[in-house]
Amino acid sequence: MMNELNTPVLKASGLIKDFPIGSGNKASMRALNDISFELHKGQALAIVGESGSGKSTSARILSRIFEETAGLIEYKGIKLKDFIKKFGRLEYARQVQMVFQDPFGSLNPVHTIYHHIARPLLIHKRTDKQGVEQAVYDLLELVGLSPAYETSLKYPHQLSGGQRQRVAIARAIAVEPEVILADEPISMLDVSVRLGILNLMAELKDKRGISFMYITHDIATARYFAEKTAVMYLGHMVEWGDSDAVTQTPQHPYTQLLLSAVADSARKDTVEFKANTGEIPLWGKESKGCPFVSRCHKVIEPCHQTMPAIKEISSGHFIRCYQV
Amino acid sequence: MSEVLLEINNLCVDYVLPNGIARAVNNVSLSIKKGETLGLAGESGCGKSTLAFSISNLHKAPALISEGEILFQGQDVLKMRPKTLKAYRWNNVSVVFQSAMNSLNPVISIAEQLTDVIRAHTKASAKDAELRAIELLEIVGIHKERLHSFPYQLSGGMRQRVVIAIALALEPELIIMDEPTTALDVVVEREILNQLYELKQTFGFSILFISHDLSLMAEIADRIGVMYAGNLIELGLAKEVFHHPIHPYTKGLVSSFPSIHGPKETLYGIPGSPLNLLDKPQGCDFQARCPDCHHKCQQEVPRLSSDTPDRLVACHNL
Ligand SMILES: Nc1ncnc2c1ncn2[C@@H]1O[C@H](COP(=O)(O)OP(=O)(O)O)[C@@H](O)[C@H]1O
Ligand SMILES: Nc1ncnc2c1ncn2[C@@H]1O[C@H](COP(=O)(O)OP(=O)(O)O)[C@@H](O)[C@H]1O
Ligand code: SF4
Ligand SMILES: [Mg+2]
Ligand SMILES: [Mg+2]
Repeated sequence: MMNELNTPVLKASGLIKDFPIGSGNKASMRALNDISFELHKGQALAIVGESGSGKSTSARILSRIFEETAGLIEYKGIKLKDFIKKFGRLEYARQVQMVFQDPFGSLNPVHTIYHHIARPLLIHKRTDKQGVEQAVYDLLELVGLSPAYETSLKYPHQLSGGQRQRVAIARAIAVEPEVILADEPISMLDVSVRLGILNLMAELKDKRGISFMYITHDIATARYFAEKTAVMYLGHMVEWGDSDAVTQTPQHPYTQLLLSAVADSARKDTVEFKANTGEIPLWGKESKGCPFVSRCHKVIEPCHQTMPAIKEISSGHFIRCYQV
Repeated sequence: MSEVLLEINNLCVDYVLPNGIARAVNNVSLSIKKGETLGLAGESGCGKSTLAFSISNLHKAPALISEGEILFQGQDVLKMRPKTLKAYRWNNVSVVFQSAMNSLNPVISIAEQLTDVIRAHTKASAKDAELRAIELLEIVGIHKERLHSFPYQLSGGMRQRVVIAIALALEPELIIMDEPTTALDVVVEREILNQLYELKQTFGFSILFISHDLSLMAEIADRIGVMYAGNLIELGLAKEVFHHPIHPYTKGLVSSFPSIHGPKETLYGIPGSPLNLLDKPQGCDFQARCPDCHHKCQQEVPRLSSDTPDRLVACHNL
């Protein structure tokens, strides 16, 4: 019983992803290096980092758009490959849904909203032909798109960005997923409607027990929405733990830099922002040391040699850095 | 600081579209003082860029300035002859747009892009122009060894610095920055903004800084103006507007940004969706989304009026 509760819904261990660069030759870049995390029922893990740090690649591996180069993924306690062998890819795709940054790109302009929601319901046999109409309206109401009947008749271009993202979420939850991988779901939306979407996701998480991976470059929304936060830098996880620990007592030099760069008028201590103008290297198979070395103010000799080991600095708060 | 550099009076800008006329800037009056940073906030589509284009007189069809005047040091920008206008656009005012970093010429080195600008608008010799280019790139934090790089060899942040160097090249009195850093990562954004602040201290230019990020503007601007559906709905000292917003829309915007250090509380943003400019209601444009809407709001357009000398608000509920 205990065990059942503690088993993560999704668990990744030691993920590595190499992408070829250039054409034909064997050169490659390492987009993810030794990435490990867990998604738990009814909880959110935020993945925070600058562009190119590997956030989307992580989500795409979980959703099987990409294949990992190395590492292990477990779904509900069994190897993902075994789960897919047993239940099929379609079933995994139903249980693990994605929501993307651009709600316009992910909706088909020639179909009505009704079509977008009814289709997955029928494909995944969540309802029969008689029930589908009511199911569509219920979902639209649930995501705040009322009046549902009127909305269902519209086409994507007739909705605002925030409304389109609500349609994308309705479509994702139509099939009663266990996990939603949300890749920057609010960054293209108007600021005034962003919180509405985050609050909707929070409701799905808390009331329906859906697990979320919330990808963002905005660490303030990570703290707002997610119980856990992992900070990524150049394909590496550098600091992770409870969102409050990571954002209130950041320990890694990169997390500290990131937080000092965020405008926040509620900040009491005036932390000094120290510019780091060093260039970000291209990470490859042979690269060694800490990925942050070129921009770090605290470098010591070992930083150039070996990636620092994982340290638990307080219960559930982890970091990779020699200086902490 | 009190000398007015730019004055906008009752400006109206329309987009003349097949299905109607969309008024993107509605009766806006504003001034920018010498050495001042004026922040302009509001969600996308509220008319910020249209206003920026109009100030530099760079607006083109279907945009039409149907009313109002824009005075730069007393001279009407909209009535300038082509030659004066050209000088105005470069020597007096320069503009940095959000995606400017992608509009650098890909086949010309960054040093050359700068010398081209300098030589086209001043009488500098080739040698002097080059020295000046080197100086400008140093000012924005680009190392000497990068001078002969091409744009594709630089990161987004570096390219945006080059664009700022170009904007500074002719020492303008006003720099309009239209979301200059929104496409960049926060650390790079902060580096660039800190540098800009230092440059401003040195050169004393004014900045019209456009962004949807109110918390950022509270830190860098002297005053903030907030627009909704083409209207200027609130204007005041930056810290005041941010910490004590009066207009319900500004209040909603402020509570659209979760704090990283403050107490954790549920925020609601603003219900509903931005207004369709072709389908404006009678009365206040914000009524459909406003928690304080009452009868008068559905009848009459609220005018900007002031409670205290430093603050203007357009709302019936004062
Ligand atoms: N399909 C791909 N082919 C080659 N390189 C890729 C591919 N997808 C991502 N990358 C590279 O992997 C790195 C991480 O990218 P991504 O996961 O998209 O970062 P993020 O989402 O954090 O911005 C980047 O350097 C990116 O260029
Ligand atoms: N070239 C154009 N043609 C038609 N409408 C436009 C054009 N440019 C902007 N608009 C409309 O004018 C309004 C204001 O746009 P804009 O000034 O770009 O706002 P902001 O910069 O605040 O996002 C929007 O409703 C937009 O759709
Ligand atoms: S390991 Fe070294 S280089 Fe990396 S963050 Fe820590 S101090 Fe900086
Ligand atoms: Mg991404
Ligand atoms: Mg704009």
